[in-house]
Amino acid sequence: MTMATNAAWLERNTTSVTHMLQDAVQKLDDAENELVLDFSSITRIDASALKVLEELATKAEAKHVSLVLRNPNVNVYKVLKLMRLSHRFSVQP
Amino acid sequence: MTENIPSLSEERISYLEGLVSKARTAAAVFTQYTQEDVDRIVKPMVLAGLAQAQYLASLAIEETKLGVLEDKAIKNMVATEFVYNYVKDKPTVGVIREFPERGLVEVAEPIGVIFSLTPITNPTSTVLFKCIMAIKTRNAVIFSPHPSAWKCCHEAVRIMYETALKCGAPEGVFTCLESHTLQDNAYLMRHKDVGLIDATGGPGAVKAAYSSGKPALGVGPGNTPVYLEKTADLDMAVVDIITSKTFDNGTICASEQTVVIDDEIYDVVLKKFAELGAHICNEKETELLGRTVIDPNTGFMQPMAVGQKATRIARFVGIPVKPKTKLLIAPIAGVGREYPLSAEKLFPVLAVCRAKSVDHALKLCVDVNHAGGLGHTAVVFSSNEEVVRKFSEVINAGRIIVNSPGSIGALGGVYNDMVPTFSFGCGTGGGNSTTDNVNVYHYLNIKRVARRTQAHMWFRVPNQIYFNMNAVENLRQFQSRSTLIVTNPALEQFGHLDIVRRQIPSQTAVRVLVIPDAEPEVKVVMQGVEALESIKADQIVALGGGSVIDAAKIMKLKYESPDADLEELAAPFLDLRKRVVQYPTEKVNRARLIAISTTSGTGSEVTPFAVLSDKDRGRKVTLADYSLAPDVAIVDPQFVMSMPKGLTVDTGIDCMTHALEAAVSIYASPYTDSNAMQAIRLVFKYLPIAVENPRDEEARSMMHNAACIAAIAFSNASVGVNHALAHAFGARFGVPHGKANALMLPHVIAYNASVPTKFMPSPNQRAYVAHKKYATIADLLGLGGHTIEEKVNNLVAATQQLLDQLGVPGSIAELGISKEDFERAIPDLVKNAFDDPSWRSNPRMPLVSELVELFWSAYHGRSLAKVASASHQHSA
Repeated sequence: MTMATNAAWLERNTTSVTHMLQDAVQKLDDAENELVLDFSSITRIDASALKVLEELATKAEAKHVSLVLRNPNVNVYKVLKLMRLSHRFSVQP
Repeated sequence: MTENIPSLSEERISYLEGLVSKARTAAAVFTQYTQEDVDRIVKPMVLAGLAQAQYLASLAIEETKLGVLEDKAIKNMVATEFVYNYVKDKPTVGVIREFPERGLVEVAEPIGVIFSLTPITNPTSTVLFKCIMAIKTRNAVIFSPHPSAWKCCHEAVRIMYETALKCGAPEGVFTCLESHTLQDNAYLMRHKDVGLIDATGGPGAVKAAYSSGKPALGVGPGNTPVYLEKTADLDMAVVDIITSKTFDNGTICASEQTVVIDDEIYDVVLKKFAELGAHICNEKETELLGRTVIDPNTGFMQPMAVGQKATRIARFVGIPVKPKTKLLIAPIAGVGREYPLSAEKLFPVLAVCRAKSVDHALKLCVDVNHAGGLGHTAVVFSSNEEVVRKFSEVINAGRIIVNSPGSIGALGGVYNDMVPTFSFGCGTGGGNSTTDNVNVYHYLNIKRVARRTQAHMWFRVPNQIYFNMNAVENLRQFQSRSTLIVTNPALEQFGHLDIVRRQIPSQTAVRVLVIPDAEPEVKVVMQGVEALESIKADQIVALGGGSVIDAAKIMKLKYESPDADLEELAAPFLDLRKRVVQYPTEKVNRARLIAISTTSGTGSEVTPFAVLSDKDRGRKVTLADYSLAPDVAIVDPQFVMSMPKGLTVDTGIDCMTHALEAAVSIYASPYTDSNAMQAIRLVFKYLPIAVENPRDEEARSMMHNAACIAAIAFSNASVGVNHALAHAFGARFGVPHGKANALMLPHVIAYNASVPTKFMPSPNQRAYVAHKKYATIADLLGLGGHTIEEKVNNLVAATQQLLDQLGVPGSIAELGISKEDFERAIPDLVKNAFDDPSWRSNPRMPLVSELVELFWSAYHGRSLAKVASASHQHSA
């Protein structure tokens, strides 16, 4: 399944990305092999989103579901590297 | 996880890990922020700090029982307002500095997580300062305040954090340890996710930080010497010292500790101190004070005195003072353990010492500086610039404050233009990595983006070159009072000397110096200089081949600049523009050098080189500088019409090698290419004719021009590995230079045209082009071929054919050198070839193993020379 998070992160409004990722955690129950997260319109990521991403990765690993991050921008990708999270996702350019 | 420290409980470790994790997340998120984002956060933080300056000061006083409320409030304001004033317009995100003329750009990269220790003496001001720096640079900070200043620091962190968060800073950007132990600090200092330790604290904390194995910023202990010199404005000095030493009851480690006063003003100065509220201790009081406020066992100040008022200390010690006494002044006779008050005293007790002279004063200040204050701060009051200069030379201090208060001066931004700080780097003297006032740039990894730059090139030639038959007649136009002609015996015999003499105006006094036909020795050069001196020559005419012209160049150098050290001037160099030695520009004599070449090979008449033989040491030295190039070159073929065949061949091949090597040199340019290519064309066309028909005037003339033109090319582009090989081989087996070059030439063309094992670093070359250059030469010679490889092979073949036609032996073996002798010589040959500077401009860097291969190829024969095929390289 594909879950697109189309809304860009707005300044001091960190809730949209986090909520969408929380939706993804819910949808993980229905996913079988792969869950695709479309990051192409996400400009920034904050601490709460990172927390949910980490949770998502842990759950997906337990369920043997592969998590795909589609087209995160390089700044977001660098945050995932600094958080040592990037290897837990299959990042598609 | 970091290494487990046994004394920490699992629960404590989990707490500390939680702090680091929060900070790490904040730092990662922070990397996405722009300059505008951080600047939007910094300003409200500064305003919040200013608004709470007095509140935080009162918390600090209440908790630490140190210092003065008003001064602590001022420190909080300096830490916010002054620091903001410094950082507000400074770029700290993305590109922070640009140096377009150098092609350099500096780009900021945050550190990440900073573990920060803050002191008891400046508790809240240090926290405010560090929070502002951290946000400005997009870093997260975990604070570990001094245990006796925890509450006020925690409150300062809270105020900064809440303001920052409200303005969009990442969650967790500041955290503060809730009480801590040394084990907590040790754990965090070694944590893999902590990028930097910023230790503003006592020597123990700083040492722990530097011992952790992490990058650390530390401060050193202070012991500020002050020199109050007799030319100073005494009223200003006394007020400044009192202001500074009593500021926050002397808790700033940059504050004045011992004032060294010139004898002439000593009594006046003490009187002024007394008038402004200082108590001057008598001998007994000084002794009592020293015994009480300095620990006699350690020599360090007693903590109970730190940051206390002068009256309180006086009362404690038992010294009767007036109620409003600001400062206790203790006269001491010297510096060291026997004078306890010469140590650091972070309270309003000031030692004073009488100096008999400037020299004595400086020595006393050096003593104080070395008694625990290396690298920190020093103060000088003087209107004598020489005294200030000398003081700053001999005192090792990161901050040397002139005619202003030490403590407030060192903070920067108030009394001077130093960077505002609450963390004083003390350099290696204080066990730190920097002497700077720690600032935002220390909270950044600064990345240098270096763009490719092109080295400036040049094309220099003598400004007058006369050529064609009878060009020597041009000598007539040169006015000279006194001329020295330098030549060799053969040219005198051939009558060439007479031809030249006839062209020199009759009013010119002429002297002739005949020198041996060999590379000049120092002895010969000095004979020339003597001759020049004896006739006070204003003109030198060098008539001969390379050795005569080279001799004349060096004679001129020594005549014009007698102090020129030939040994030093011959020092090796990699880049002419960056060479260590410089040729003399001051001249005691001046003489025009006119070079008339009598061979068609070296081109010495236009080159900036001169070879000197040092027979005593069995070696040759090459001098190279454009100042050596003759002023006038005369390329008159009449002097080469009778050149013997062997010499014609040898010099002609030398000329061809110059041109072929200059064409592919890493210093080749369109200017040198035009000369190199033309010279090659002339050699291929006219050298065989000149050899076959020595009286052919056109061939002789063109070969004479070719030698000069090739020399112009290699004077500006240099030569290559062929010359390095030929120099080594020729010297070892006594083979003439031209022939030695010829034996190597086809092999070197094939070698340079192949894909290099090792490229030669060369900013001016955008691609490897040697093979293409050879192909262009093949086209110029009309050799045919479709691909670059074919064309290069045709050039190799044409070179082989030309050498065959000229009767040059095809191999080293043909010279009668046995394989065994050659094998024995190989190690020396390779060593000498590798030591030869010629190859440094070769297009590919020769490996030692490749030099061995080239020598063996030359040994076996030129018919074997072939370009190593590499289809990817040689597609047309």
